[in-house]
Amino acid sequence: MAEGASALSLIASGDPALWAIVRLSLAVSVSAVLIAALVGFPLGALLALVPFRGRTPIIVLLNACMGLPPVVVGLAVFLLLSRSGPLGSFGILFTPTAMVIAQAILVAPILAALARQTIEDLWTEYRDELNAMGAGPARRVAALLWDGRFSLTTILLAGFGRAAAEVGAVMIVGGNIEGFTRTMTTAIALETSKGDLPLAMGLGTVLIAIVIVINGLAWGARRFGEHHAG
Amino acid sequence: MHGIASDLPLAFADVTVRAGGHELLAAVSAILTAGRPTAILGPNGAGKSTLIRVAMGLQRADAGEVTWGGRRDAPARRRAIVFQRPVMLKRSTAANVAFALAAAGRSRAERSSLVDALLNRVGLGSLALRPARKLSGGEQQRLALARALARSPEILFLDEPTNNLDPAAAKAVEAIIADAAASGIKVVMATHDLGQARRLAGDVLFMAGGRLIEHSAAARFFSAPATAEAAAFLRGDIVE
Repeated sequence: MAEGASALSLIASGDPALWAIVRLSLAVSVSAVLIAALVGFPLGALLALVPFRGRTPIIVLLNACMGLPPVVVGLAVFLLLSRSGPLGSFGILFTPTAMVIAQAILVAPILAALARQTIEDLWTEYRDELNAMGAGPARRVAALLWDGRFSLTTILLAGFGRAAAEVGAVMIVGGNIEGFTRTMTTAIALETSKGDLPLAMGLGTVLIAIVIVINGLAWGARRFGEHHAG
Repeated sequence: MHGIASDLPLAFADVTVRAGGHELLAAVSAILTAGRPTAILGPNGAGKSTLIRVAMGLQRADAGEVTWGGRRDAPARRRAIVFQRPVMLKRSTAANVAFALAAAGRSRAERSSLVDALLNRVGLGSLALRPARKLSGGEQQRLALARALARSPEILFLDEPTNNLDPAAAKAVEAIIADAAASGIKVVMATHDLGQARRLAGDVLFMAGGRLIEHSAAARFFSAPATAEAAAFLRGDIVE
């Protein structure tokens, strides 16, 4: 277990290469989740509250998109951003921006689908009361979002967990360039294949710690919500 | 609150509501006027809740019409309802009342003193900061009443307001209802509880199978019901 010991010493000594990778990973995934939330939450609310033709197939499709394979999303974004692609002129392929875009596309359907379910359930429960109280559309949406805030926080954290742990999309559109687009997951894949196990294990340890913390926060948000808001 | 047209008398003219080929209300005609509470009595499935929803304006009649003070499409601004199973917003007790006040158009400045007054009126002043869903059944019912009263209603509809409450909680709820009625609010309540109807009601609508069987003054209804169905119901027989 010499590798294990050196992995821990890498973490403990604050190895700059390791922490640069961790920082980039977090920056990319947090940005992606925030962008996904700006698109996904309103979309989820819309699907939950506004009846229109074709709503059901869209919901089914959205739910299916929760399981989008990251490599396929990576490939699609790659084709869009590559030199000959429709958005090639921006020249952002193999940059952190491209990674944010890919992860946002991966996470947005998850946020939208779960938010749709949460808001629709709450609406079913609240509909009569809100109608009877004469709450207008804006007040209704505000009430549903506010009263669903703990569930929505949990959903946001689930989206972050998905983004931070995926490897396929960032690998393809980021290119795993050292010091520029190398994230925890792509570095682990690379270092493992190169045989540099201490760095791979160190990053793996950090990644698992992050996932545990995120899940702890999600659990805490739920508990806090149940306790303070019923 | 003056300057707004009155919602009374509340008139039903051949009101019919259908659902899935079944008539929930069958040509119900009645006129409810200001004064003591109106009790809507009848067995389960008689159409009591549907009648209340239509009267509140939450559900449309498929045939016939409802008028409030002679107006057909009167907004429910001065009507309020407490459902059979009130849903508490996932907020504090005080925030539930504040929300109802805001939805009723009260300004932020007015709200805080009104919240206190309403919570005291229903005896929940000391539980203002408790999460509403942590309240007991009777307390939730009283909070639902506070939310309804926040609308300064002219008519207050209650659907089985003391169902599933223990006697002490039921008594507290009944006191609030009596107090509201005494303050000039027209209370229209569906109830299973004959004793409650006797204590509170000025007139009784007796329904069965979606039809209005009898509408008479409470004193007469209980002493000398005009119909065989009502007499059977009062005796405790099963009426369909």
